Amino acid sequence: MARPDQRRSPADCRQSAELSETRSAADAAVVAVFREEAGRLTGALMRMLGDFDLAEEVVQDSIVAALEKWPSQGIPDKPGAWLMTTAKRRAIDILRRDQRHQEKIALLERSIVPSEPVEADDRLRLIFTCCHPALAQEAQVALTLRAVAGFTTPEIAAAFLVTEATMAQRIVRAKRKIVAAHIPYRMPKENEIAGRLDAVLAVLYLMFNEGYLSRGTQVAMRRDLAEDAIWLTRLVAQLMPDQPEAIGLVALMQLHLARARARFDESGEMVLLPDQDRNLWDQAGIAGGIKLLESGGAMRAPGPYQLQAAIAALHSEARSWAETDWHQIVLLYDALLRWSDSPVIRLNRAVAVSHFAGPEIALGEVNDLAIALSEYHLFHSTRAELLDQVGEPALAREARLRALDLCQNPAERSLLERKLKT
Amino acid sequence: MKYVLLFGGTMEPEERAKNPEMAAAYERITKWFDDYGRAGKIVSGQELQGTQTATTVRFKDGKPMVVDGPFIEAKEVIGGFAVLDVADLDEALEIAKTWPGQTSVEVRPIVDNPPS
Repeated sequence: MARPDQRRSPADCRQSAELSETRSAADAAVVAVFREEAGRLTGALMRMLGDFDLAEEVVQDSIVAALEKWPSQGIPDKPGAWLMTTAKRRAIDILRRDQRHQEKIALLERSIVPSEPVEADDRLRLIFTCCHPALAQEAQVALTLRAVAGFTTPEIAAAFLVTEATMAQRIVRAKRKIVAAHIPYRMPKENEIAGRLDAVLAVLYLMFNEGYLSRGTQVAMRRDLAEDAIWLTRLVAQLMPDQPEAIGLVALMQLHLARARARFDESGEMVLLPDQDRNLWDQAGIAGGIKLLESGGAMRAPGPYQLQAAIAALHSEARSWAETDWHQIVLLYDALLRWSDSPVIRLNRAVAVSHFAGPEIALGEVNDLAIALSEYHLFHSTRAELLDQVGEPALAREARLRALDLCQNPAERSLLERKLKT
Repeated sequence: MKYVLLFGGTMEPEERAKNPEMAAAYERITKWFDDYGRAGKIVSGQELQGTQTATTVRFKDGKPMVVDGPFIEAKEVIGGFAVLDVADLDEALEIAKTWPGQTSVEVRPIVDNPPS
């Protein structure tokens, strides 16, 4: 995802950390309401109107209205009903502009606000529509955040460091395509489920990583992308309980989040896994993640997310970097490679290999990836670490400079800059 | 909902005709058109002659200009098309995935609201 170069000093980070800690309880309550209601409302209106674009738009309008009114007036007793009424009024206003829409208006005016929560499947259908492979992946992410998790366009733009206008256009284009190309609003057929679920999980993991990676340096934001991503993934896993990969992704995210506190020091600088203070890890969170992973594993249908979660679990269980079960981790990477052979997985595997076969062998494996990963900053920074270990500081420095050249993330950049100074 | 499938091709039809493997491919393609045609999913379709036979009309300051060649010069050219009548994009994609020509297929919805 494109993002402008944006670097922040540690002082900024500290300030934003304080700000986000004081993020008001009211804000958290509003976020919880939007998460719970946005997808349901869009689903309900979609069924009433049969028009994705309109349904999604008026729910967004009702969220913006709530953001204006609720801070001063307080959250209404029935926030879902409030949002629904506002969205319906807005839909009637828009439809009145066209005589042909009399029937839909009558339907909206007659219908009572559903007191029963909309059937669960509605939200799932919505997620599958937003993550349809005929849409660009960055649009899938944005649409899912807006329609299912109740993000506003400015919030999504801020999370992905693009301008509001760019994000708004991305969303408009995607919605136009859904309507114009008749992307259906329904669950994929049985024979498509696996492939389509993969696309949904890829969007959710991308969302999570975007939030997770930029955590330490984010300006104070009302919403935390990583938390919303895990919430959405839990929703999918809960609505599709027979899909172990969805459970595997929840476990993977939970294991990452459980170690999140150790990823940045007091001054907001990133700390890599070997140097982390493991006392800061959330042991209950780790235990929960592992339990989830086991429950998915019981279905005996392994897949890439479960394997990655298993690797994360081994790291989480290790008392120190040195005591990590590297053999087991390499075996899991081998299984992952059988699933899909990717140079990035090979790179991670090489790091694990270095711990029992030595840095020379690992460096050889890493060098084999030079062409495939020449534009990937972690290739160069990993290579730099190994070059340091085999006593080639000049080459290590060169590789680190190349990594810095390619790296966009402010926290990772700062880490590379510190290493270059020592 | 109507869609048009645009079949990509890297070879000119004359080269295709000379290629011995193509005879079997054409048989599969003909059968594909017949099967979906009988099911009412394909409304019409044609193979196109090569891009060296293409002429493009361009408009400059509102005046038509006739020029030689296809309007996009690219490695992949449009080799043929089929018009589908199906429920939604998923059904169109499902049919596109069965295309036996082993070239890429672009799926485009056709503007279906008649001018009122």
